[in-house]
Order: sequence, then C-alpha cells, then structure tokens
Amino acid sequence: MASGMQEKQYTPSLLNFFIYNPTFGPREGEEEKKILFYHPSDVEKNEKIRNVGLCEAIVQFTRTFCPTKPAKSLHTQKNRQFFFEPEDNFWIVMVVRNPMIEKPNKDGKPPTVEYQEEEILDTVYGAVVRECYSMYKLFNGTFGRAMEAGGVELLIQKLEKFFYRYLQTLHLQSCDLLDVFGGISFFPLDKMTYLKIQSFVNRVEESLSLIKYTAFLYNDQLIWSGLEQDDMRILYKYLTTSLFPRHSEPELAGRDSPLRPEVAGNLLHYGRFLTGPTNLKDPEAKFRFPKIFVSTEDGYEELHLIVYKAMSAAACFMISASVELTRDFCEQLDGLVGPQLTLLASDICEQFTVNRRISGPEKEPQFKFIYFNHMNLAEKSTIHMRKTASVCLTSVHPDLMKILGDINCDFARVDEDEEIIVKAMTDYWVVGKKSDQRELYVILNQKNANLIEVNEEVKRLLLQGIMTASA
Amino acid sequence: MSEEHYLELCENPVQFEHASSVNNVFFDEANKQVFAVRSGGATGVVVKGPDDKSSVAFRMDDKGEVKCIKFSIGNKILAVQRTLKSVDFINFIPDYPHTEFTQECKTKNASVLGFCWTNWNEIVFITDQGIEFYQVFPDKRSLKLLKSQSINVNWYQYCPETTVILLSTTVQGNVLQPFAFRNGTMCKMSKFEIELPVVPKPAKLSLSERDIAMATMEGACKKTHVLKLNTTGKFALNIVDNLVVVHHQSTQTSLIFDIKLKEPDSAVNMHQPVLPARSIHPYRIPLAGPAVVPSQPPVPCQLYSSSWSVFQPDIIISASEGYLWYLQVKLPPAVILLQDKGKLMDFLLRRRDCKMVILSVCSQSTSVCLLGLPVVATVFDKLNQVYKEYLEAEQTYTAVSLLNKRPVRTQAVIDQSDMYTHVLSSFTERKGVSHKFIIAVLMEYIRSLNQFQITVQHYLYELVIKTLVQHNLFYMLHQFLQYHVLSDSKPLACLLLSLESTYPPAHQLSLDMLKRLSTANDEIVEVLLSKQQVLGALRFIRSVGGHDNVSSRKFLDAARQTGDQMLFYTVFRSFQQRNQRLRGSPSFNPGEHCEEHVVHFKQLFGDQALMKPSTV
Repeated sequence: MASGMQEKQYTPSLLNFFIYNPTFGPREGEEEKKILFYHPSDVEKNEKIRNVGLCEAIVQFTRTFCPTKPAKSLHTQKNRQFFFEPEDNFWIVMVVRNPMIEKPNKDGKPPTVEYQEEEILDTVYGAVVRECYSMYKLFNGTFGRAMEAGGVELLIQKLEKFFYRYLQTLHLQSCDLLDVFGGISFFPLDKMTYLKIQSFVNRVEESLSLIKYTAFLYNDQLIWSGLEQDDMRILYKYLTTSLFPRHSEPELAGRDSPLRPEVAGNLLHYGRFLTGPTNLKDPEAKFRFPKIFVSTEDGYEELHLIVYKAMSAAACFMISASVELTRDFCEQLDGLVGPQLTLLASDICEQFTVNRRISGPEKEPQFKFIYFNHMNLAEKSTIHMRKTASVCLTSVHPDLMKILGDINCDFARVDEDEEIIVKAMTDYWVVGKKSDQRELYVILNQKNANLIEVNEEVKRLLLQGIMTASA
Repeated sequence: MSEEHYLELCENPVQFEHASSVNNVFFDEANKQVFAVRSGGATGVVVKGPDDKSSVAFRMDDKGEVKCIKFSIGNKILAVQRTLKSVDFINFIPDYPHTEFTQECKTKNASVLGFCWTNWNEIVFITDQGIEFYQVFPDKRSLKLLKSQSINVNWYQYCPETTVILLSTTVQGNVLQPFAFRNGTMCKMSKFEIELPVVPKPAKLSLSERDIAMATMEGACKKTHVLKLNTTGKFALNIVDNLVVVHHQSTQTSLIFDIKLKEPDSAVNMHQPVLPARSIHPYRIPLAGPAVVPSQPPVPCQLYSSSWSVFQPDIIISASEGYLWYLQVKLPPAVILLQDKGKLMDFLLRRRDCKMVILSVCSQSTSVCLLGLPVVATVFDKLNQVYKEYLEAEQTYTAVSLLNKRPVRTQAVIDQSDMYTHVLSSFTERKGVSHKFIIAVLMEYIRSLNQFQITVQHYLYELVIKTLVQHNLFYMLHQFLQYHVLSDSKPLACLLLSLESTYPPAHQLSLDMLKRLSTANDEIVEVLLSKQQVLGALRFIRSVGGHDNVSSRKFLDAARQTGDQMLFYTVFRSFQQRNQRLRGSPSFNPGEHCEEHVVHFKQLFGDQALMKPSTV
C-alpha cells in the first residue's frame, strides 16, 4: 500500500528535435519539403507538418516585435520549445518535456500529473541546441556546404546520419550551468614543462610538415591549442565527452595492454592512435581518420583529425583533408611522436604529483565552486564529478544547481560587475560573483552564518586563490 | 678553398735583418725578442720585440762568436754567451757602469748549454752537469750563487710564463725534470718520463728538444691528453687561442686540437683534430722591405720552409727571410668545415674573438630552416650554458666581492641583448620564413633561457607578441599569457593594453597582469578611469587600501565625463564620506581643486543633497 502511494519524479526529456527550412516548401501542399530532419522519425507526417508550422508561425509572429531577435523559446505547461537559426532560414527546434511529478490517486483513479514548468532554464537548453549545431558543423561543415555539394538530398542524408546517433547521447536531465559556459578545463602546469610541450609541438610540426594544427591535452584537460578558440571549444567537447571516454573504458577494464615492445630500434613507448588504425602492423589496417571542419579567415577548411595518445597525454594532429594519409606517414608519426610523448607524459605526471605533494593532502573543503573565465573559456568545477560518456554527475542537489543557473541569467542581463548572495532553503549559501570577465559561484555549507560572515568567507577564499594557475 | 684556411700569419710581422755569414740571428722566448748580431756585435746589434718599446739597437765589442744572447726582464741587463765556460753581462740601466763583467760556471769541467733569465736580476745557467741559479748585482758588477743542483743534462727547455725549466736527463733523454724559480728560490718538481715508442738498444738519446713543447693553456693541461695525428714525419707545435696547432712539414699542412673538446665516442683523452688538415693561408712578402717599390708585386712566401723555427706559444720565425710572425686562428672557416653545429658551438665558445662568428652562426641556423629546430635548440642551450655560468659568477662576486676577483666577461658570453640585436629582431622580419618557424625559434630561445633559470628580458616577449599579433594569432598569445610563459612586467602590460582595439580581451589581460604585479596600482586606476569604469576604479583602489590617498578630483572628473548623474552622485558622496572619516568634515580641501565639482553637484541635486558635517 505504502509503495503504491509514492510519488514518481520525471526528469526533463527530449520530446522532439527537428530541423526545417521554410523556403524549401513555401507553397501549400509542399510543407513536407521544409522538413529536413525530424525526431522521433515515426511521428505521423501531418503531425510533423503541424509542429513545424506552429514553430514557423511563432517565430514569424514574434519577429514583428523585434526583427533582429526572434523568439528563442516557448514555455508551455507540458513542455518547452527552443528555436535556433544557425544559418539563414535553417531552424533547429528542440522540444523538451518539463520535469513532472506523478501523484497516485486512491480508488484506482488515474494519477495526477504536476508539471514543474519553472524548473528548467532557457539558457541551459538554448546552449544545448547551439552545441548540437556546433557538433554537426565540426564533422560536416555548414548546412550550406552540404547544399552546395549535393543539394537537399545530401543535407537530409547527413543530418539523418549525424543526429540519429548524436541525439541518443544527449542527456537532458543532467544539463546545467556548465553547458551554458561550454568551457574548457585547462591543466595547471609550470612554465618549464609548458615550454617543453611547446618545443615538442613545434618540433613535430616541423618534421611532419603536413601537420597544420596541433592540440595537446593531459588528463582530459587542455594544455595547448593551435586551433582558434571556438573550434577548440567544440573539439574539446567531442574529445572529452565522446572520444576519450570511449577509449578509457576498455583501458580501465585492462582489455588492451598499452605497452608495445617495439621490435625495431628498441623504442619502448605507450603511444597509440585513438582515431585511425588501431594496429599499425595489421596489413589490412585502414588509414582513414575522422574529418573535421574548422574556421579560417575566409570560411572553413576540412582536416583529418589524428588523435594520438600515450599514457595520459593526448596530442591531436590536424592535417588538410586534401592530403591522403598513408601507412608510411602514420608509421613515421608513430615512430617520432610515440617515444617523445611517452617521455613528456611521465614528465608531466611527475610534476603533477610533486605539486600535489606540496599543496598538501587533499582535505574535504567546506565549499564547492564553479569558475568560468569568459576570455579564455577556462572552467573549473568542484561540483561535477568526472564526466563519462554517459552521464555527468554532480555532487549537489539539483535545486542548488538551479539557483546557480538563475544567478547566471541575472549576470547575463548587464555588463557591469555584480555580486549576488542567496540563502537557499536547505541552509546553504550560494554566492555568485562576476568581475573582470570572470564568473565564480560558491556553495557554502554553513548553517548559522549571516550575510556578512558569508561575504567575508568568500573574500577569504578568493585570496586563497582557488583560481590559481591557468585561470 | 681559400676560405678554408683557418690558420694565418699575422699581417704585421716583426722584420729583422735575415741571417747571413756576417749576421747571426737569435730569439729569446722569454722576452719574444729577435737579436740580429752583425759581426759579433761590432757593427751593431738590433733587437726587435713584439712592440717598439722592447726594440733596442746598440753596439758591443766583438769578443768572439756569440752563442746565445738575452736581455733580462725589462731590458735591464744583457747576457751574452761566447764560450762554453762563461757568460758575459752588460748593464743597460742608466747611470750604471757599462763595462762588461763575466761569470764562469761553478761546476768544474762543465760546459754551459745555455742560460735563462727568471727575473730582471736572476739568471739560471744550464750546464751539462746541472743548473746554477745566480743573482746579479749590476751596480757591483758581480753575481752571487743562490742555489745549484747537479744532474746530467742532455738539453733543456724554458717556459717563461711559468718560469719553469725542463731538463732532459738519462741516456735516452726521456726522463724530464722540471724546476720552478720564483723570487730567489728554486723548487725541484717531480720528474716524469715520456714513453718512447721504440726503446733503442744500445740506449741512445732518443728524445730531442724538438719533440717537446711547453706552453700555458687555460685550465689544467695534463699530459694524459693524446693527440691523434694519423700521420708520421716531422711535427712542430704552436699554441694559439688555447688550441694546439700541429704543423706537419712534409705535407705542408697543419692540424688543430682542442683538448677541452670532449669526444663522445672515443676514450676520454684521445683527441681527433677539430678540423681537417689545411695549410696556413698563403702569405706574400713585400720585396724590398720598408722602402717598397710600388710597382713590384709581393712574392709568395714559402710556407713550412725548413728554415722556419717555431716558438711557443704562437711564434714562427724565418731567419733566412728576416721575419717573425705570430700565428693566428681564423674562426669563419671553422663554420664551413665543421658540420656538427653543436660541436662547432663548443669549439667557438672557447675561442677569444668568437662573438660575431657565433652570432653569425645563430643567424644562419635560424634562417636556414633546413637545419631544423633540434639543432637551433642545441645551439641556444650551449650559448645559455656559458651565459648562465657568467651570470652566476657575477652574482657570487657581488655577494662576496672581497673574496673573489670580478669574473671576466669573455666574448663567449652572448646575452639576450646580443641575441636580440644581432639575430632575433632581424630574423623575425625576414621574408620567406614561415611565421610558425619564427615563433618556434623564439619560443625555443625562451625555453632555453628558462631551462638555465635566466630571467627573460621583456623585449624578447615583445618580439613574440609582435610576431603573434602580426599574424593574428591572438589565441596563441592568450594561451602563453595564461600559462605565464610571458612573464608579467609593466612594459608588457602596456603593450597588451595597446592591442585592445584589435583584440578586446587584451584589455582585461593587461589589467590582470598589472594587478599581479601589485606595484602598478596607479596605472590600473588610470586604465579603468580612461575606460570610464569609475566604480571599478574606486572599488579597486579601496580593495588595495589606497582610497585615502587618491586624488578625488581625478575620479570626479571621470565620473562627470560619463554624463551619468547617478554615478557622479555616488562618487561625490563616497569622497565626502572619505573626507568625513579622515578630517571630520565632508568638505573638500582647497588643495584638492574640487570646487567646480561641488558647484556642479549643487546644480544637479541642490544644496540639501550635500553631506552635512556630522555633529558630535
């Protein structure tokens, strides 16, 4: 009986995701032509057309109030719709079902459903939609490019291929402030080791002159990017939420033995390709790498993405897609980069443990924070656990995350430096601070503290420098 | 080919009358003087030294054939040996009697092999039966025996720099006994033996004085060094610029050895020649001596002639032609002949006049991208090693200046300003070099400096920034700053500030840098006020505790300029509060020149808005 009386919580979930272009079917009866992608695909045609038409109408209608800023989202009781026009006349719409609570009723009556329509944030899911597009663009280039290359058919094909898989990896229930920032976690490093990495990158780029750009990561944190910031931001997202987790899981399970005793030259190293051939020695090995699109001064360019990893150090080498990559090249790269990267990785590791020893044993701090620097996109969070391919765990209650998101919205409204202190229902204090292009959110667990004490505490934390090196 | 001759004879040789039946020529290694003795001195003795001061001409009576003739140090006393038993002396000190006086050797039946001056008035006779050490009293025209030692002597050599005489003893002559002389004392040093390749039977004199050369070189010159000559025949040695030069007569070439250059792949002290064998650079002799007839072309001089005599350290004398040359090492050919740039740097860094050659190698290695970054890195590391050693020596000197002598700054010390002026600044402007390579080279130099813990000068950073900005690589710049690879400094912060129009985040980067410096509070306030961020400036100056001392007028000016009346109100009130706190009254002092702002405030908000002095 008791169990039957329990409430059931539903997290926000993806209802629909569609992409359309109103100019493709302007005439009546041709509405279906507008639709380029629709998820879920098994929805009845007329419903698709109806939903797209509704979105079109809303956008058109709101445009009359502000031609430059059409509607970004539509709030309804049951769901929320997000509109995004990444390229002229191409619209991406994501419909998210609001979180809800199902309260069972006695006497076999159907349960009462209570929608929590204020629990989700426009900024968070707006960012998710934009990221969907960025990720598509990283691997496929713009919609316009597909149109030029093969017309609507090709575009539809590409969208289908990409989003079918990608939407499955969206976890709307765990999206939060970090999705708004879309930041990059940088690996803290001393100057000398950093210069050594510079030297390594420069030498590799010199001897393998095909390489156009290089990025260097350690422990899933960025150290160096030869790509521009916006391209790196999305590539970083891909690497840390998709590619690395996919490869680290078998590693953790101990399925492949990473140390390869190289026969020739007696070079022992841990280097291996995360993209492209898994085994260079395999005569059947294919030397095909994923292709990515990055911006240039006049448009974009297509590149092979080679990700090569030795222990915790990963180097991404990007080579113009017009070049065909051969076994020879891959062997050369393996021979050159493998030993050096292995050495660097152990150097960094050593330095890292030395630093940790100096800073003393880690004790559980009395506070948690999220830090974001708008200039270099550097982000740090002690709230989030290590991200895996499937989930992103936070260590605080969703209510607190919601408060962080709200403060962030307030900050976004004005350009001035600001500070907001909130006393949460659960005895927590939440402090948001925005100054010098940086945002800091601190969650303090001090029951009986007053406003002044909390303010003092945050000042003290700032002085302690929770935003130390590479922030 | 001609640019490969790395040895040359000096351009201004010492000239003297060449040896002939009436003119005998002598060379004194101690004073580096050539004596041309005509007819036993009766028709004149001409002494020529390395400079005009040491040149003398005089006459002396012909008392028989001169065997040896030398001045004491400073040309005070002349010693002449004419017989096997005795040496004659002539005073050259003014006001002293000029008549000759004579000293016979003390040992019975001994014949004098020669003599060496060890001081202005101390002389050593070397006889076949030992050595005799005398003090000369020119005023009394007599000598006093200070010390003597009997020992069988085949031949001797004298090293004037160390005042050490080396005696060849035993039948084979290969046991060498050195004696050192200093301030009237004689010190017998431990003897040593030269290994003979073949021990002759019956024993005979196998080691001649021609086989031995003594010289001083920088650092410890142990006899454990072996020079690989890879050829046979007659050799002669010179020491030039800390290099051992081996002349080989039959092939008419010379080799140079750098005993400090470590051979990685050979036994510790085996030395290969640094450079392939080459002859001395061709030399031409002007025909008629000083009175040259211009139409007559100079004739080539025969190099490696059998009439050449080689003296330490760097002297070559041709008695038959009447020339004394100093041998010189030219460094530029080494750049061509030595392919291994790392080895080349090691070699150049130990040479005297190396600076410009090294810098030219740097320019070359950076411009010729073919050499590659690893080579450039090696070159930088070698330079900075020497640079760092000098900086450290300088530091210890300043710390304990009484104990040490100031370190000598040799040409091998190539500092950042040298690199900047002669190599890097022109390199960054060179056409046809990819900016990637330019940045890589600059970063490599900065890496090398950091590796040796040398503080990098801000102009190098400026060069990096300039290059990055030129190619719109702002994100790279940002990353360098993020990792503090470009260290904070006021000039750098100002440079960043100037980039704001092309790269907006540069403004904040610059402010961050100024804040980290913590010595630039005034600058930060100026920057913020110029951006009309008056509250930000006020907030900042309060946070660093400078609120009480800032000029209120400056802030009020800026606040009024924004046209924001509420801002002006806030700033005005904040300063009134400050005045109240500091002086017990909210009004401004006349010295603060805020009268017009008070008037403006009253106009905007009325008299009653002014803060009233609080009553006690």
